[in-house]
Amino acid sequence: MRQKLVLIGNGMAGVRVLEELLERAPDRYDVTVFGAEPHPTYNRIMLSPVLAGEKQFEDIVTHDRAWYAQNGFDLRAGQRIDTINRNAHEVVAADGSRFPYDRLVIATGSHPFVIPVPGRDLPGVITFRGIADVDAMVAAASDGKRAVVIGGGLLGLEAANGLLARGMTVTVVHLMATVMERQLDDAAGHLLRRELERRGLAVITEANTECIFGDSHVAGVRLKDGREIPADLVVRAVGIKPNCALGKAAGLAANRGLIVDDRMVTSDEAILAVGECVEHRGQSYGLVAPLYEMAKVVADQLADVGDSTYRGSVTSTKLKVTGIDVFSAGAFGADKESEDIVFRDAARGIYKRIILKQNRIVGAVLYGDTADGARLFQLLRAGEDVSDARDTLMFGPAAGGAAPDPLEAVAALPAEAEICGCNGVCKGKIVDAIAAKSLQSVEDVRAHTKASASCGSCTGLVEKLLKCTLGDAFQAGSSVKPVCGCTTYGHDEIRKLIRAKEMRTIPEVMQELGWMSANGCSKCRPALNYYLLCEYPGEYRDDAQSRFVNERVHANIQKDGTYSVVPRMWGGMTSAAELRAIADVVDRYQIPSVKVTGGQRIDLLGVKKEQLPAVWADLNKAGLVSGHAYGKALRTVKTCVGSEWCRFGTQDSTAMGIALERATWGAWTPHKVKMAVSGCPRNCAEATVKDFGVVAVESGWELHVGGAAGMHVRATDLLCKVATAEEVLEYCCAFLQLYREEGRYLERPWPWIERVGIAYLQKKIVEDAHSRGALHARFRHAVSFTQKDPWAERAAGTAAHEFKPLAEVIA
Amino acid sequence: MKMDWIDVGLVADIPPMGARVVRSVDGDIAVFRTADDQVFALYDRCPHKGGPLSEGIVHGRSVTCPLHNWVISLESGVVEGPDQGCATQISVSVDQGRIRLALPRPARAAHG
Repeated sequence: MRQKLVLIGNGMAGVRVLEELLERAPDRYDVTVFGAEPHPTYNRIMLSPVLAGEKQFEDIVTHDRAWYAQNGFDLRAGQRIDTINRNAHEVVAADGSRFPYDRLVIATGSHPFVIPVPGRDLPGVITFRGIADVDAMVAAASDGKRAVVIGGGLLGLEAANGLLARGMTVTVVHLMATVMERQLDDAAGHLLRRELERRGLAVITEANTECIFGDSHVAGVRLKDGREIPADLVVRAVGIKPNCALGKAAGLAANRGLIVDDRMVTSDEAILAVGECVEHRGQSYGLVAPLYEMAKVVADQLADVGDSTYRGSVTSTKLKVTGIDVFSAGAFGADKESEDIVFRDAARGIYKRIILKQNRIVGAVLYGDTADGARLFQLLRAGEDVSDARDTLMFGPAAGGAAPDPLEAVAALPAEAEICGCNGVCKGKIVDAIAAKSLQSVEDVRAHTKASASCGSCTGLVEKLLKCTLGDAFQAGSSVKPVCGCTTYGHDEIRKLIRAKEMRTIPEVMQELGWMSANGCSKCRPALNYYLLCEYPGEYRDDAQSRFVNERVHANIQKDGTYSVVPRMWGGMTSAAELRAIADVVDRYQIPSVKVTGGQRIDLLGVKKEQLPAVWADLNKAGLVSGHAYGKALRTVKTCVGSEWCRFGTQDSTAMGIALERATWGAWTPHKVKMAVSGCPRNCAEATVKDFGVVAVESGWELHVGGAAGMHVRATDLLCKVATAEEVLEYCCAFLQLYREEGRYLERPWPWIERVGIAYLQKKIVEDAHSRGALHARFRHAVSFTQKDPWAERAAGTAAHEFKPLAEVIA
Repeated sequence: MKMDWIDVGLVADIPPMGARVVRSVDGDIAVFRTADDQVFALYDRCPHKGGPLSEGIVHGRSVTCPLHNWVISLESGVVEGPDQGCATQISVSVDQGRIRLALPRPARAAHG
């Protein structure tokens, strides 16, 4: 007599078991199949193309009712099983009918993960799991309506793309910093995000959903930072969890999912489980390939053939968004012994990374060109030693291992991209001149086009254009020193390319310019962070991990690991109340040293890191704020007492110093900036060895720039003379902005001025009022975002993790 | 020496490409998290002049000491480049996002 097999779950895993069983023992069982959805089986992973309108539901049906009938399977689609009665070997349906079994297979799949936010059940809030969800989305989608997708993983992005294709305005909100972070590394995540944004998706990362709001229907999503995104439709796609309630209720061992052994048998020998509802060796899967591998083992068990076992799966993922090729397999996080092989082709938007461990592939991430995915995945699964093929691994057996070409970013620039800002020369003009006039050198280009003839910051780009245009015929070695070993580009080239290609993040710059290391080094990361901060004020998100410790924690690290704290004393002026507050702080926190600095400030030395927020809070109470003594920023404005007290003073230098410091504090600069204002040419404030020095004379103010009094001593160059205090402020801001925009990271103003010449500064700041006004306006715009006391922010709890240990281990 | 695995917190508590300190009777321990979420631990002393490595910039599998820019391998503690020396390593295990350090017995953790 035939045995009775009951299958609960008519999804891809369950049906795969039936197919495998047909191949092994078609006559062994009378099979009854229960499915909660009233449909024949369909290919769930093809729901995305259905949502996007590229396929119809009929196209993705894999097994119609005729198939079940043909094979003698009793399909009960839409009939839900409520109970498994293990003692009686029977399952009980919702309508009370009972079905006996000899073997039972549970394939109940998964549920969408429920996000713990209010409003998640409002009408108009749906998940993306089954065809019913797709129908609901299609019904809700229409031109001009707004959708928010919560979750920037595989499922969320596919849903978002589908809704976009149906004419909706779509915003993806994602908790993590990069999209699809479980499958992609930063670089690939960045490329994907940029492509999705180019298609019109809005993507908000590090977005924590506070609630979904609306009265009778969803009206929008509110984030924890207070932002509200209006929405007519909200899709919850934050992941899945195994649906194992039925098995659990029957007393089967379960954790996250139903626990199965390597034979796919649950804690009850008569019951097997397969698919997303399963937990095998602590692992649950949400992808199709593992289900198929499990189904084979289940079928072997049911057919009683062989002793096959399931040992877990290495998974690979592809994003099903038309025109975007993304592939990920194995462990891209890898571990201590792993090595990376990285290939970047900025021009074609390709990124490939292969992760090796002991000469075996353990992971791969491909973006833009996934043709090699299958080959690499095969090598990964086979665990073959690839040491002999390492050179060609990235390009396939046919290729000879071409290295990425660092010229590509320049070659890919459009003809209208500006190369020389000083003389307004674009790429097209230079390339045409090289060809038409057979130019051979940077000097030739200079003579014929004026490019690189002024400040010289585009020299490296001009060299690369010669190389691109002439090929090997251009032999001259580069005169430009790369920023560090991670790149072939120099500082000026990188800044110009950031602007020309509108690059907005550090990973993007590294990708586009073919960085040779995974995430830079301690030389290039702070430089890139500064350049982006300067280029996109108020918009670029400062990357704390790319800051030197002093700028990250807003205090100066000392040789013993303690910190020094210097409060701002505007123009070097202080008061009894401030001094009293400082004295109290010194006593309260037992600060070992108090020092008066050369810049007319008071330095509290030997403060422990954990004490910093409390010290700052106390100083704040007396009105004292950060003095930025730790920053590549305005440090101090030193003053003499001026005409208020001094018998020689010609102008109120103290008031001028205070006004200058109030106007310019908090601006990040390539290196530190020190200023001074002297009330007469006796120059007691030593203004002529400062980066920007002001010397009062009877008729107004002399403005001096480019002084230094460190390892190198240099007297300032006279920039110009102005009549009024307002002009001093305007010229100073314009000077600082020009330095911010054109000085190289870690280059003080004086070497920059020696490089470009004082005449260049005079042209930009003194002679051209329009240029000065524009520089001044850009400076004001930039500081409008940064003139906030970083101490007050941290005393109030910002970056709290910086100031306390992770744990204390006590004996 | 008998070692115990001590739970010191979550990977998520450390910023990517950052570090946090664990205080211990044998001195501070720097626990690093790389861009690809690998976790490493070294005693928080640069072999050069004892600088706090936990405050350095983390890049690839290395950290640059904030005092004099020595570069130390997180994987081995060995100083990279022309300089010579080695920082003391501590074994790390990460399980379900929780970090455990192998520390000499007896020791107990209290979270800060």
